[in-house]
Order: sequence, then structure tokens, then C-alpha cells
Amino acid sequence: MAEMTYSQAINEALEEEMHRDEKVYILGEDVGAFGGCFGVTTGLLEKFGGERVLDAPISETAIMGSAVGAAVAGLRPVPEIMFADFVGVCLDELINQAAKMHYMFGGKAKVPLTLRMACGAGLGAAAQHSQSLEAMMCHVPGLKVVMPATAADAKGLLKSAIRDDNPVVFLEHKALYGVIGEVPDGEYMIPLGKADIKREGKDVTILAYSMMLHKALGSAETLALDGIEAEVIDPRTLVPFDKETLYKSIEKTGRLVIVHEAVKQGGFGGEIAAMVAEECFDFLDAPIKRVAAPFTPIPFAANLEAAYIPDEAKIIAAVKSFF
Amino acid sequence: MALNKEQMLDLYRQMRTIREFEETVAKFFSQGQIPGFVHLYIGEEAVATGVCANLEKQDYIASTHRGHGHGIARGASINKMMAEIFGKIDGECKGKGGSMHIADVELGFLGANGIVGAGMPLATGAAFAAKYMKTNGVAICFFGDAASNRGTFHESLNMASIQKLPVIFVNENNMYGISMSQERHQNITDIADRAGSYGMPSMVVDGNDVMAVYEAAEEAVKRARAGGGPVLIECKTYRHHGHFEGDPCVYRSDEEVNAWKAKDPLPRFTNRLQEMNMATEAEINQIDTEVKKVIADAVEFAQNSPVPTLDELTSDVYCA
Repeated sequence: MAEMTYSQAINEALEEEMHRDEKVYILGEDVGAFGGCFGVTTGLLEKFGGERVLDAPISETAIMGSAVGAAVAGLRPVPEIMFADFVGVCLDELINQAAKMHYMFGGKAKVPLTLRMACGAGLGAAAQHSQSLEAMMCHVPGLKVVMPATAADAKGLLKSAIRDDNPVVFLEHKALYGVIGEVPDGEYMIPLGKADIKREGKDVTILAYSMMLHKALGSAETLALDGIEAEVIDPRTLVPFDKETLYKSIEKTGRLVIVHEAVKQGGFGGEIAAMVAEECFDFLDAPIKRVAAPFTPIPFAANLEAAYIPDEAKIIAAVKSFF
Repeated sequence: MALNKEQMLDLYRQMRTIREFEETVAKFFSQGQIPGFVHLYIGEEAVATGVCANLEKQDYIASTHRGHGHGIARGASINKMMAEIFGKIDGECKGKGGSMHIADVELGFLGANGIVGAGMPLATGAAFAAKYMKTNGVAICFFGDAASNRGTFHESLNMASIQKLPVIFVNENNMYGISMSQERHQNITDIADRAGSYGMPSMVVDGNDVMAVYEAAEEAVKRARAGGGPVLIECKTYRHHGHFEGDPCVYRSDEEVNAWKAKDPLPRFTNRLQEMNMATEAEINQIDTEVKKVIADAVEFAQNSPVPTLDELTSDVYCA
């Protein structure tokens, strides 16, 4: 076991995969000498050289599109779009090209790329630099979507994502980059599509991911003082989604609260709630609750941003409404 | 490089194959046997033929919604292309792609594309992979005059030029983007002029002269393979049919269409072959007959092929 930040864990995953497979390369804005705007790719240019760690001009369309072309031609690109909010500039390349080529071409082409993007609010970066847009990605057949909450999960999942032959969207919460966690030594991989029970409990299931996983765990500690034992499940991968782990938990607890930082309306929590209502209804003792951001852009003023982001008080209130 | 008789006749056969294929598709489309939309390459055959005749096994092409000609010129199976357009299981893509998404990646055909301008970043990436893996390969991107207005054009040419990639951007300037004539959609006449903005060399050629296209592409491919970086080749050409089959074409005059039909690349080339004593009328007719049979066989293949089974709906969304 070693202690490292979420950012360092991602850096290690990239370094290990680039050593292992010379077809893996990185392309993004300021990823080379600058080490990435959040410092995540620090040191990789020195270790692998400018042919494998490439600085791109401000050209998200070409960054993403060339990654697709290179992937189909046999490489394993790990392009970076600096902020998930910029994905709009390369949505065609992601949803119409990367996601669909394997299917449209009758299974004959593969697009083994991993798109890394920084998402999330809490740093005062405001409306166009703080979004959680995973719901959009989850709506596109052909993409896999991963959102790790811890350093260990980030490392293990990124290694698996890079080795996956499908296009994977890997969303890193920017406020988690500095958070330290324990990461197992050696070759550490986590399969995509497998949830993790981060805390066991019997009274309520809280499903939460990315930054909200940490809020959920904090809420669980507080709830325990009132005798409510929450089971906290981190899906880790949104597509493909691990239904089995969630349903087993609901069978045990009978109650579900879904927490995500993304906007509630049209959010992925709605998909999970519908899925549970359709397939797990008999085990529910209460309606499903969602705790998520309001239907607004992310405001700049610090007090407004704090009111926007779901917090422990809101999670605790949602759970307590069951009892 | 001078071509011998066999090579010259191959160029003709290729163009005739594309022409016959497209006219056959038009016929069956008008009879309601082909679903969706088709965008035919009739009139532009010299561009795909002249360019692709320079390619080797390791090279890639990225195509457009008007991609049947590119696929044929790259060597895709005529039978499988026809079956794909008919939406049958024996199609190139098991009937799951259709006319606008025909591809054969193993043959270096990165696919027709339903998104105008999408091919440019793809070809740039394929060229990157060729350089990275030292395959000595080049990538060709076919795209239209209207597509040169998309951001993909600017970002791809810029990135290809700074990374010095072996990609050749082949502009098929047929003077229209659906109903918008070139003078209405851009302030320039020669798209090749834009290459200078990226520090990239360019050429303008008569896109209806297969030898001119061949020679221009030969030079560009040689340069790219030697590490000289990207080139933009603008081919002036014209589509005989509308943007799509069924297009009422109210935006073009009969005079203009007829003027371009008089410059049809196929009779231009056969006349030239005969003038150069490279081929007789009999030899040309023989090729025409053989091509007709190939296409007829392809139609039979397509019509006999079954539709995809229902499990194909949900397969191939992901790689295992």
C-alpha cells in the first residue's frame, strides 16, 4: 500500500500503461512540458518523450477526431479534454464517430481510446468550467463512462479503461485531485462495470459517485450517531452499470437515496431510479430519493456555489425522511 | 511516372466500375429497393480513381457521404458494397451501416461518413498512427468544397501541418454544398488558397482528368511518404446527379449541368487512350461489358442476401 493523491494515482496509471504498451500515447492541451493544467501528467514528457506525450493546439475537434482516427488505425490514444465543459466542441467526434464506428462498420473497426476530462464544481470556476456532464455520455450507446471517487479507484479503473477496446470516457473530479488515498502496490486493476460497497449498512442504501461518494460517507457517519446504518455504494462505472450490487443492497435495506453532483433533471440518477423502480420494485419499502444539483448553471459567487452543490445536510435530510 | 497500357486500362476500368455501380444504385433506388438516402459519385470518378491508384496496402482513406466511388477505388468488394447499400447481412457492415457508413478498415477504407467534414480529423489521426508506427503509410482525406468551411478543416490542416503528418487532403470541389453554390458559401474560388494559412503546399487540378489527378496525387503521396508533410490538392469537378437521389436540383441550370457533362471524365479518357493508341474501341467495349457483368453479379448477390437477423440489432455496440 502507498499513500498518494488522486492526481498521482492517475499519473501512475498513465505511466504504467505507457511502459506496458508502446501504442498508448497522450494528446492534449498543455499536457507536455506544463504537466497538465492540474499537474496530472507531470513528468510524463520527460519519461516518454514528445512523440508519445503531445501538446495540442486549442483544437478539441482535432484532438478528439485524430484520436479516433489513430485508434481505428491501431494505436491506443489517451486524449485529454481539459474541462468536461469543453466536450461540446468535440461532441461529433465522440458521439457520432468514436461511439458508433464499431457498430456501423459491422463490428470490423475498434476505437480503443480513453478520453480523460476534468469535471466538477467547488473551486469557483463557474458555469463553463464546473459541470458534471456524465448523463450526456451515458445516453450514447457505444461509450463506456467511468467516474472514480478515490485514488485507488482512479488508478485501477484508468488502467482497465486504457486496456479496454472500447471508447471510454474517464471523468476526474477536479476537487479530488489533491485528495490522498491508499493505493495497493503492484499491478492494480479494477474491472469496469463493477460497483464497490464503500460502507456496509442495513437501513438505507446510498448510491453516490465521484465527489458525492465522499459526502455520502460523511453523511453515513453522522447518521450512525442516530442509529441509522447506511450502506454506501459507489458504482465507479456508470456505463456499464453494476445493477446486481445495487439490487442486492436494496433487497437488504428497502430504501434508496441516489446522490450525484450533476443537475437532478435529466441526470443519471433518474436512469438509476427508473431502473430500480422497474426491476426492483418489490424490495422497495419507500419511494426512491435523489439528491442532486438544482436546475441552474453553476453560479460564481461562493455562497451560491455552496448552495448549489449537494451537501451532507441534504443527504442526511433525504435519508431521515424515510424514518 | 508514365503508366503502361495495362495500368491505363485499369484506371479506365476503375472509373467505369464506379460509374456502372452508381447508375445501377440509382436505378434500384428509384424502384424503392434501397432504403434511406444515396449520394452518387457520377461525374467525379476521376478523382477517387486517380488518387487511389497511388496507394499501397498500408495507406488509409477517409471518405464522405458520397463515398461509393472512394470505396470502390480503394478496392472494397463490389458485392459487399452493393449488399450493404441494400441493407443485407452480407454487406460490408452486415447491413448495419448503409450507404453513408460503408467501411472496410482492413483495406484502409476508414469509411464513408454521415457527418460532413468528419473525415479530416480521422485522416489526420490515421496519418499520425502511420508516422508513429513507422508504417510508411499515408492517409488521404476526401472532402467537398462546402466541407472546407467546417472547423474540422481548419483544426485538421493546422494540426497536420505542425505535426508534419503524412496526410493528403483531397478537396473535391463540385461547386455545391447541397443547394448552396460555392460563390454563396465562401469568398474564395480556389480552396487551395486556404492551405497557405497553414503553411501547407497545395495544388489545383482538373478533377475530370484522371491523369492530371493521378500525377498530382503521385507527387503529393511521394512527398508525404518521404516525411515532407501534408498537402492540399483541390480537384475541380462536378456531380451529374443531385446531392441525393430525388433531389429536384432547382439550384442548378441545365446549361451548367450540360456544360460539365461535356467534360465527363470517362469519354475524355477513352478518347485520349485511343488518340494515344493505348487502346482500341474494341478493348474499351470489352471492359465495359466485363464491368456490366461484375455489377449485375453484385446486384444478384445483394438481392439474394438475407436481411440481418434480429440479434444483429443489439450486437457490436461494444467490443468484447
